[in-house]
Amino acid sequence: MFYREAGDFHTSYPSDNQTFPIRLDRYRYYAVLAVAFGVIPFLINDYWANAILLPFLIYSIAAIGLNILVGYCGQVSLGTGGFMAVGAYACYKFMTGLDIWLPTGPEGEYVRYALPEINIFFSVLLAGVVTAAVTVLFGLPSLRIKGFYLAVATLAAQFFLVWMFNRVAWFYNYSASGQINAPERGFLGIPVTGPATEAWATYLFCLIFTVGAAILARNLTRGTIGRTWMAIRDMDIAAEIIGVNPMRAKLTAFAVSGFLVGVSGALFFAVYLGAVEVGEVFGITKSFLVLFMIIIGGLGSIFGSFAGAAFLVLLPVFLKLLGVDLLGFPTDIVAHMQLIIVGALIVIFLIMEPHGLAQLWRVAKEKLRLWPFPH
Amino acid sequence: MPDQLVFAMEITINGLMAGVLYALVALGFVLIYKASGIFNYAQGVMALFAAMTLVGIMNGQVPFAHLINAILGTKVHHFGWHVPALLAILVTVVVMIGLAWAVQVLVMRHLVNQEPIILFMATIGLAYFLEGLSDLMWGSELKALDVGLPQGINLWIDETTFEMFGYGFFIDNLDIVATIIAALLVTALIAFSQYTKQGRAMRAVADDHQAALSVGISLNFIWVLVWSLAGFVALVAGIMWGTKSGVQFSLSLIALKALPVLMLGGFTSIPGAIVGGLIIGVGEKLFEFLVGPLIGGATENWFAYVLALIFLVFRPQGLFGEKIIERV
Repeated sequence: MFYREAGDFHTSYPSDNQTFPIRLDRYRYYAVLAVAFGVIPFLINDYWANAILLPFLIYSIAAIGLNILVGYCGQVSLGTGGFMAVGAYACYKFMTGLDIWLPTGPEGEYVRYALPEINIFFSVLLAGVVTAAVTVLFGLPSLRIKGFYLAVATLAAQFFLVWMFNRVAWFYNYSASGQINAPERGFLGIPVTGPATEAWATYLFCLIFTVGAAILARNLTRGTIGRTWMAIRDMDIAAEIIGVNPMRAKLTAFAVSGFLVGVSGALFFAVYLGAVEVGEVFGITKSFLVLFMIIIGGLGSIFGSFAGAAFLVLLPVFLKLLGVDLLGFPTDIVAHMQLIIVGALIVIFLIMEPHGLAQLWRVAKEKLRLWPFPH
Repeated sequence: MPDQLVFAMEITINGLMAGVLYALVALGFVLIYKASGIFNYAQGVMALFAAMTLVGIMNGQVPFAHLINAILGTKVHHFGWHVPALLAILVTVVVMIGLAWAVQVLVMRHLVNQEPIILFMATIGLAYFLEGLSDLMWGSELKALDVGLPQGINLWIDETTFEMFGYGFFIDNLDIVATIIAALLVTALIAFSQYTKQGRAMRAVADDHQAALSVGISLNFIWVLVWSLAGFVALVAGIMWGTKSGVQFSLSLIALKALPVLMLGGFTSIPGAIVGGLIIGVGEKLFEFLVGPLIGGATENWFAYVLALIFLVFRPQGLFGEKIIERV
């Protein structure tokens, strides 16, 4: 009764083809957008932005990206952390003016050529493009390797990329600490990176990318490309026989996924953290974290990516509130307990609902549709 | 003989020994994967848990002491006794069997017939859980583990090689012991799976679950058995690595070292795990020695993975893995 498709008639192709053809879904979507753009920026403060909203928005982008690869195209990747690092470092290079060193003479002297500094908005987008290219490169073996062998093979990307960003000084502009620090940059005159940012500005900046990522993913997965991805996921040989080009399908999935993961890595570095030490921030735990998000949220679902990101961002905050502030345990015990609880919750979740939070939402919709007469 | 060549020889021998240790961890993966199709990411953390339990029992630590103190305000840390190594190892084996049983009854039995990726994620959850549990039980500080294995440079090899090449090889006694123990363990495992009733049942389950079930083999029992065996292998690996570099969190990262070994050798082959371990042990040490200085060092982190990746492109099922046959 509360959720129904009945009586929702479409009289033209554009109206039938729109992103949310069901009226209630569409209204819900508009309502969420209105709250996100029109209400939250006025209420937000630094704690909410840094502890919850920014990580949620940024992880959502990464989760959508990984979901396209794992949930829609069936290619398991454990290299997300490494690809996020590519996004972060690419963004850093574009922000600070990409430099090229050319040898001038036989004496080993170099001359430095640099691009002008690029606006942070376009730096983030370009970082996504660079990451897409790197991801496709590491995705090439997927044409030969399948299943777990592929999952472990993507770990090669994870370890190699992190090592490279640690060792090659060009990536961190030869800084003594080996870290990268986001300089102060603004978008439309409002600072969004660096120390002097307002909570609402960083929030809105990330929100734009998150909404863009969701719209992109939603529409790609409904169209031809998305259907070829799903065909490859369900059975690659059968898909090949009915005329899906597996190389194209897999590599486009890697590219789109890489683009989104790169954007999220760039935002994670530039807007959220501001300074990054690559081994700590983009290590293998990050890869697992994003994978957990899409498993708990639901494979093959955009809504699930958001739900999973929200769940895993909120859980540690909640546990810390409960353990340290309410019960007064020492922080190291709470940290250990947190590992135990997160591990147990993941297992319990997989046992109770292997299709994730998105499945719970589907069941809830079904119930709302029938209520109050379930039979 | 040129110095470089002698160095390379020493490094190769050390690489072979390191490879045996990698193979030891990889063996645990193969056992579980063969019998139940579960890719057990928690194998490394199981090694950590086993080693920590062993140290804790030997030193007479009170489990969960930190937590108990925080809740009750007491100050208990140690029972005040020291348990001999052999007895402590036996108790740890019992604990690992208990863990195997708990994992099977509480987790894996409910996940039968799920997709492999779900099972894999469950073992990652398990890894988190065990990591937190072992820290909470025994404390997270670095502990020394000494069960009486010989350590330090082997003087006989040092002197013999000095007479032959004018340069004494540094080979750790512990590595030699580890190699012998690993060889014994593998022989024992192969004998177990070939000549005992349970071993044959285990192979039957690995071959075909339904067929095994239909001739009256209890899948539940076999899975508990396999997890116990993996726990035992983890304990052996934990003792070796723990003696070598102390018992601490980084011990669990040996799982990440074992993954490329598995890829190279094939997920389903015990000889593959050993050969893969040796190739990777030697390969990464030699690569670090020959190419490492040119490109900035610390290549051991990724070399094994890249090697395995390139290798897989040419042989997708690994060296000894079962040929992948796909049907529509």
